[in-house]
Amino acid sequence: MNIELLVKMANEISEFFATESPPAQAAEDVALHLRRFWEPRMRRQIIAHARATGGAGLSELARRAVETLAAAPPEPA
Amino acid sequence: MFAIDYHDQGTPAPAAAGAPVTVEIDGQAISVPAGTSLMRAAALAGIAVPKLCATDTLKAFGSCRLCLVEIEGRKGYPASCTTLAEAGMKVRTQSQHLSRLRRGVIDLYVSDHPLECATCAADGHCELQSMAAQVGVTESSYAPGAVHRPLEVDRSNPYFQFDPQLCIVCSRCVRACDDIQGTFALTVQGRGFDSKIVASEGQPFLASECVSCGACVESCPTAALSEKSLTIGRERTHAVTTTCAYCGVGCSFSAEVGGTSEAPQVVRMVPNRNGDANHGHACVKGRFAYGYAMHPDRQLKPMIRAKIEDPWQEVSWAEAIAHAASEIRRIQARYGRDSVGGITSSRCTNEETFLVQKLVRAALGTNNVDTCARVCHSPTGYGLKSTLGESAGTQAFTSVAEADVILVIGANPTDGHPVFASQMKRRLREGAKLIVIDPRAIGLVRSPHIEADVHLQLRPGTNVAVLNALAHVIVTEGLTREPYVAERCELPSYQRWKAFVSEARNAPEALAEATGVAPELVRRAARLYATGGNGAIYYGLGVTEHSQGSTAVMALANLAMATGNLGREGVGVNPLRGQNNVQGSCDMGSFPHEFSGYRHVSDPQVRGLFEQAWGVSLDPEPGLRIPNMFEAALDGTFRAMYVQGEDFVQSDPDTHHVTSAMAAMECVIVQDLFLNETAKFAHVFLPGSSFLEKDGTFTNAERRISRIRQVMPPRAGYADWEVTLLLSRALGYPMDYRHPSEIMDEIARLTPTFSAVSYEKLDRLGSIQWPCNEAAPEGTPTMHVGQFVRGKGRFYMTEYVPTSERVNSRFPLILTTGRILSQYNVGAQTRRTDNVVWHAEDVLEIHPHDAEARGIAEGDWVGLTSRTGETVLRAQVSARIAPGVVYTTFHFPQTQANVVTTENSDWATNCPEYKVTAVQVVRITQAEAWRARAAQERSAARPRDAVHA
Repeated sequence: MNIELLVKMANEISEFFATESPPAQAAEDVALHLRRFWEPRMRRQIIAHARATGGAGLSELARRAVETLAAAPPEPA
Repeated sequence: MFAIDYHDQGTPAPAAAGAPVTVEIDGQAISVPAGTSLMRAAALAGIAVPKLCATDTLKAFGSCRLCLVEIEGRKGYPASCTTLAEAGMKVRTQSQHLSRLRRGVIDLYVSDHPLECATCAADGHCELQSMAAQVGVTESSYAPGAVHRPLEVDRSNPYFQFDPQLCIVCSRCVRACDDIQGTFALTVQGRGFDSKIVASEGQPFLASECVSCGACVESCPTAALSEKSLTIGRERTHAVTTTCAYCGVGCSFSAEVGGTSEAPQVVRMVPNRNGDANHGHACVKGRFAYGYAMHPDRQLKPMIRAKIEDPWQEVSWAEAIAHAASEIRRIQARYGRDSVGGITSSRCTNEETFLVQKLVRAALGTNNVDTCARVCHSPTGYGLKSTLGESAGTQAFTSVAEADVILVIGANPTDGHPVFASQMKRRLREGAKLIVIDPRAIGLVRSPHIEADVHLQLRPGTNVAVLNALAHVIVTEGLTREPYVAERCELPSYQRWKAFVSEARNAPEALAEATGVAPELVRRAARLYATGGNGAIYYGLGVTEHSQGSTAVMALANLAMATGNLGREGVGVNPLRGQNNVQGSCDMGSFPHEFSGYRHVSDPQVRGLFEQAWGVSLDPEPGLRIPNMFEAALDGTFRAMYVQGEDFVQSDPDTHHVTSAMAAMECVIVQDLFLNETAKFAHVFLPGSSFLEKDGTFTNAERRISRIRQVMPPRAGYADWEVTLLLSRALGYPMDYRHPSEIMDEIARLTPTFSAVSYEKLDRLGSIQWPCNEAAPEGTPTMHVGQFVRGKGRFYMTEYVPTSERVNSRFPLILTTGRILSQYNVGAQTRRTDNVVWHAEDVLEIHPHDAEARGIAEGDWVGLTSRTGETVLRAQVSARIAPGVVYTTFHFPQTQANVVTTENSDWATNCPEYKVTAVQVVRITQAEAWRARAAQERSAARPRDAVHA
């Protein structure tokens, strides 16, 4: 999928939780949103992007959220 | 003319029923609520008092003098329609003297009425004919004199005609237009013998202000106003009560049917006066625009083709189904289980959508199922579930009658939801205050006897900013309802929200530059909503179809909680759903992340219930949403889809992107009435059924489940639910149901909010608003009474984030889109009816200043260009739209307005941002040349739309 679009979407989700969630909780909440609403191949792709590029294009919160997502138990293939 | 199966009670039931009073009518004792007319009391006792000017949807008028009665101990002959029942009254409806009086009245009527009943459209159903027979008048006793004939019949309206010769000037049509519809298009002109009914200022109906709702036609006691379908001698043999398939109001209708048992034909649709959503009212679409069901464009044979460039080949059902199933299995074998998916439709029944999502999850083994609600109200589901605990509107439509302040934001009810708009307008005429938040001066802003108290004409894309500004005023001026919040909401979330909205940056003055709204207007609106009594919010796609759609829904819920406007009649947060079954398709588990009843697929307990019932293992991971499917198709990881009743090539944004994705698919199965735009990319076409051919249920915007009853057999041989069964069986997953009622039984077994729903109960009660379960066996008109579904209401922080779609020197205007009264959605149905006389093409509304700056005059062709595409349409110069903003509809594929809309979407749900597109508009002279060039440019793939095999 278009990684630029996924990055944009992750950043927009992060913009919401940046004010909604307490700072210590925000990355967890963004990651939870991604886990609940993004299909696994989208999640795999954003994780791969973050690993390959250090999170190019991702906001700081989105980058931490993707790290949190990646650290979660392995997803089904 | 009433429905052929309707028994009129003469006057309405009293609005506020008082204690029972007992009266004696013709020797029969009857108890009725105080406030009931004698005419209605008699009707309830089975005694029909003669009448002509009275009907039970209109206030008593007392003009025809036919319903006179005698009351013991009283002088004279009072009209039973205007005389209320009082305890102990003894009433006689029949006597020699009353008969004489009534004969005299009827004698006068028939002296000026053609007595050619046998050839009249109303023969057998004409109230004058019936009354004349009842009082024994067969011809006039008066010598020939001046009469109202010959007079020209007004046949200008495509659906009904006005024959003034048949008019008895009872004024029921005028009162229906005023009191029921609220348009005030009709009047009685002149006095005495010269009095006559006229539309607007004596214009033909088509040219008048008439909106063709048909209320006048339904209320006419003769054939003066009658459907043209009746004038060609089509007999009606029976009536079937069913539900309209247009907007989310979900009006109940009596379909009057003629023809033969082998080939039944709908002669007319009459709104059901016992309908719980519409109470006997209708609009031009539901009442008249049903002819598409018989349109020659209907494709009634299954078809297949190997490639989308190939011609279609008609095949048998068996061959089409076998081909579709084998292609899906081939693709899954080659590209993986998740390379396929399905789309349910908000135009299909609950049972049909439930089956499609079941087929995708159970037979295909993937959660790649989504619904067209993705592109309209998915933010409603997310926003209301998060804040209040349930993904649905909070009220019944009738609740608006108790509202004191009505806030309409991002909705245009008089065009999009006209029957509910009439209920709303009635309340506004009674004195409720109105706040409109919309970039356009929609019809409600100023119409007969209605004027918005405040119109916040904001810039598209700034809803959240305006809502935060309203909250700022409410909080900083101490207008919140603290005891309510303390009792019912999560206080930490409330305190954080209060602090957030109180910040100076959320003040109306600070946000004025962004929103374009004068701060004092925002302050006035906030004070009005918070302190004006019952505050009711109604919203539409102008809220949801934004990059912050879900945030705006949460902001609305925040406002309602903070002011205590939830959990009782007259208040609430109410999404006006676009299509007839948006609510239902969402309820039925059409979203890729949740089962029916909005329960996430990752919940092992819930998933276990479905696995046990369906006998398969189910995927615990969310599937692809529609826009994700397009992305995956371009990526080569999504190759086949089953699309029931949706035309996303026309309806979804950034058309070029959608068509590139569709062209990359190996197998697209389209099940629809017509070969629509999406079918151009299909490999299998399965004929669909119109609502007249369906059995099932729809759920409207107020959570009301209503029955759709089959009026005629499926024209292509199979009902839609049966086609899904055929496909599922061919895929090796047989689903055995003998009737849609059995599907509903399964839905009830698996869905807590539907657990007490059954067809038997629907038939008994007429309709049911979910939740309908053990705690609420007859349904729930008002939600969140006492406490919120989620327990404590939760406030969410709603930071305003401007959309990334910005104007610049190249694209200096903002385009926003919407709909119009006579057309519906992508127009597949309404374009194939006479509704095109009102709206035959999409036009671009542009403010006079913007038009002048570009040398554009009314009716000029203009080119509309955005960063995603361009199209051509005619200009309509209008001050309804603010400078800097242009507006169009998306009803016609020739215009393909979504060529210019972008891939921006709501952060939470991916609902597209249809309402904000930066554009340029230029006057053009060669429309066809421009169109051809635009099409050529569209066909050249953009880098983003490149297909990766």
